[in-house]
Amino acid sequence: MTAVTQDQAKRFDPGEIFRRSPVVGPLLALVVAIVVFSVSTDTFLNLDNLSLVVEQSLVIGTLALGQTLVILTNGIDLSNASNAVLATLIMAMLVASGATSGWLGLVTGIVTSVVIGFLIGTLVTRAKLPPFIVTLGLFTILTALGRLFASGQSVPVKGGVLAWLGTESYLFGGIPVTYGMTLALIMFIVVWYALVRTSWGKHVYAVGNAPEAARLTGINVGRTVLSVYIVAGLIYGIAAWQALGRVPNADPNAFETGNLESITAVVIGGTSLFGGRGGVTGTLVGALIVAVLQSGLTQLGVDDLYQEVAIGVLVIAAVAVDRFARRRQP
Amino acid sequence: MSITARGLSKRYGHVVAMDRTDFDLADGEVLAVVGDNGAGKSTLIKTLSGAVIPDEGGIELDGKPVRFRGPLEARRHGIETIYQDLAVAPAQDIASNLYLGRERRLAGWRGKLLRHLDRKGMREHAQQVLDELGIGIKSISQTVETLSGGQRQAVAVARAAAFGTKVVIMDEPTAALGVAESAKVLELIGRIRDRGIPVVLISHNMPHVFEIADRVHVHRLGKRVAIADPGRHSMNEVVGLLTGALRMNEEGTLSEVSGAVHTGLDPD
Ligand SMILES: Nc1ncnc2c1ncn2[C@@H]1O[C@H](COP(=O)(O)OP(=O)(O)O)[C@@H](O)[C@H]1O
Ligand SMILES: [Mg+2]
Repeated sequence: MTAVTQDQAKRFDPGEIFRRSPVVGPLLALVVAIVVFSVSTDTFLNLDNLSLVVEQSLVIGTLALGQTLVILTNGIDLSNASNAVLATLIMAMLVASGATSGWLGLVTGIVTSVVIGFLIGTLVTRAKLPPFIVTLGLFTILTALGRLFASGQSVPVKGGVLAWLGTESYLFGGIPVTYGMTLALIMFIVVWYALVRTSWGKHVYAVGNAPEAARLTGINVGRTVLSVYIVAGLIYGIAAWQALGRVPNADPNAFETGNLESITAVVIGGTSLFGGRGGVTGTLVGALIVAVLQSGLTQLGVDDLYQEVAIGVLVIAAVAVDRFARRRQP
Repeated sequence: MSITARGLSKRYGHVVAMDRTDFDLADGEVLAVVGDNGAGKSTLIKTLSGAVIPDEGGIELDGKPVRFRGPLEARRHGIETIYQDLAVAPAQDIASNLYLGRERRLAGWRGKLLRHLDRKGMREHAQQVLDELGIGIKSISQTVETLSGGQRQAVAVARAAAFGTKVVIMDEPTAALGVAESAKVLELIGRIRDRGIPVVLISHNMPHVFEIADRVHVHRLGKRVAIADPGRHSMNEVVGLLTGALRMNEEGTLSEVSGAVHTGLDPD
């Protein structure tokens, strides 16, 4: 045993650390960014600003949570944000028209998102269509449906359960915490647990990493992938609720690039686009990195467009690190 | 356990991968399966392991007919297979790979209600299996992709040895290995046999086959053409059988097949 630890200590290999735990890199980047902005501005490091950073990353972070599951299976979901936007419109319109109560409107919206997830999963696993194409098509369809549905107008939400995640909060150690933040944290923990502590999670990784091996070991590959799209749909439905908490207004034109932003968070968080590697901890960090960069750079007076350039560079760097770490394998 | 299969066929489009082949494995023996590349050996053993569903033919375990609809059903019968490409998930650790598809849950409410994996139990068992087989690997939590070819093979063998309670099937387990690593795998096969578990070994390596096999199933063009006896037949004879240069008659005697018959030019 001692010989082993000595051996490992002798051959220090940074690539090995990244392979073992792809979260290390992103976490380091997050810490560096926070330190840099705390030092270079007077406005970054205070509770109000930090809690605003977290609030601002809630919707994309939740979308990225579902996106992570999909990407782990070697899939991709370009329709997640349009799915959530459609759900916000369904929720807001049902409630605004008086057709349903707040809760029923909420549940109807979430169920719609789940059904869309089921549809994608079925097309991917049964019809064997590539996820990229299926969700690209759905992205277009759902966006158009949302606009048709709301006649291009946005639908305001007047308080109640739909706005609840943003309006309600409690004090935690003197810090105001919204229900939205709390729900996001709970969802993160539940998904993390399912991924790393249950056999479902092991199967999700195996299916993304080595589908034929998964099949030969008796894992039902199709059912596992289908379940991922259904769970992701559920998460997008809840992202819709988060969105109405942030801005109590269902806008058919909102989150137009939400799909790409969620992929950005996943990739910056170290999850491999080739499936089977990474996880939701990285995505949490990835979503925070994006929000911290946006907030910090804004306070430094950096133009929005340069911020986007910075985030683009980060995406490419993250994929390069993933490649680099994997090329060093024996 | 013994396995008997009769008339197994499998077509992929125009390719006939298995052509009404028979197969017999006696309890406790090491049966080698030899044949040219593309002869259909892998397809045959995938049929026995439930990974391929045959178009025709039937399989009996200890004389009882079975029909596998997937690899899990064969596994439940105690048939464990090491596939040619190993069927491991490279990004997952050794313990996870050993238990892939049959993870163990914690006893009690955490396992039942929360479906919590028994990670410690699985790791300990995995370590124990590796130790028993004398496979030295630094850490059970290493991902499989960090292992050498021989170590990966050893992990696949360990998985089969740990769960193959009735039959262990290995598809070219030494093909990618060096001399020392091959010797290790042969030794592992011997240990499995010593536990009374029959082993099916697909191999191109005649010296290996003759070293360890009790009988040799010769496969050619999708079917079994002979059962050779390493005690009675030479390596050259087995090679002759699998290339089609020799033929085994009903009584088990060998006769040469003339080249003319091959080309179809001779009216005889
Ligand atoms: N899934 C498949 N799809 C199409 N053809 C296949 C498939 N599996 C095997 N074959 C074909 O069947 C034949 C037998 O293959 P295989 O069983 O792998 O032979 P061996 O293991 O003896 O080399 C080959 O011609 C191969 O190309
Ligand atoms: Mg083969």
